[in-house]
Amino acid sequence: MFAKYFDSALFWRGSRDILPLILAAIPFGIVYGAMGQSLGLTEWQVMGMSLFVFAGSSQFIAVTLMASAAAFPVILLTVFIVNLRHMLYAASLMSVVDKVPALLRVPMAFWLTDESFAIAAARLRQKHNDGAKFYAYYTGAALTMYLNWQLCTWIGITAGKQVPDMTQWGLDVAIVVAFIGIVVPSLARASHWACAITSGVCILLTYDWPHQSGLLFSSVIAIGVGVLIMQRQKVAIKQETSR
Amino acid sequence: MSDYWWLIIGMTALTFLPRYLPLAFAGKVRIPLLLKQALELVPIAVLTAIVVQMSLVRDGTITVGLDNHYLIASVVAFAVALWWRHLMLTIVVGLVVFAACRVLLS
Repeated sequence: MFAKYFDSALFWRGSRDILPLILAAIPFGIVYGAMGQSLGLTEWQVMGMSLFVFAGSSQFIAVTLMASAAAFPVILLTVFIVNLRHMLYAASLMSVVDKVPALLRVPMAFWLTDESFAIAAARLRQKHNDGAKFYAYYTGAALTMYLNWQLCTWIGITAGKQVPDMTQWGLDVAIVVAFIGIVVPSLARASHWACAITSGVCILLTYDWPHQSGLLFSSVIAIGVGVLIMQRQKVAIKQETSR
Repeated sequence: MSDYWWLIIGMTALTFLPRYLPLAFAGKVRIPLLLKQALELVPIAVLTAIVVQMSLVRDGTITVGLDNHYLIASVVAFAVALWWRHLMLTIVVGLVVFAACRVLLS
């Protein structure tokens, strides 16, 4: 019934194209698994988060906030805000997805990550004209990402148990440098830098607020400052061209 | 059922909805520009706050100095990420610097 959306060559092509991004995700998965089980979650809860939530940065943020004893509503709200970027990803896939039936869009949404989106966007930029079979390409990439994430989580849980003082090694530093590796190359415009600097200054003023609420406050202020600068630049460009 | 399972169920819903809603409405609505701009800044704002807090706030206070190995690793990782724009390289160099600090500075 869904045969016309599937194509095994495209499926494997997608799973091959995502391999470099998977390599970069391996340390994340392992550190997540090791960290999660050291913070009082059972191994099935750590695994369950990977199986059901399947969002690397949200999972890290959740276990990090759990470690600092943040209230559950703060964790949920923070996770939601961090996930809002997926909305933009999904929005930019709208034009291809309208050829795919609603039922198949559910797994597509569930597997939407930074990595699967990056690969999908690259495929669309190359104008291959896969039509409805784009679903097969996307699923090949996204499913490979998903399976690798489960494997790495499990390795992390196992390794963390074998070496109990693994969490004393300061492994959470891997999260810090990984986030730096994600954010810094994405700082392409003045508004991005302004947003990052505002966020950094605000969190240093609000880090001692209860339940990590300073994190949300800083993020909202920083986004506001960034959007304001984007708007002003847009006005400046308009004035420039109207002269 | 432990509290953490409820948290995981909540996270599952709050992760799935933003991913699914635009796909469900494909071809029916347009996102206003202002919202698009705000969404673009979300990962920068949130991740930067987390990085700055984890690097500078140790044991509940802002700690600047050679005894804060997180800060040293972060500063080096920042330079590497800025120069080479490579995720894997940034992670590896950051971890090596952190490990070296632990051995040499403590």
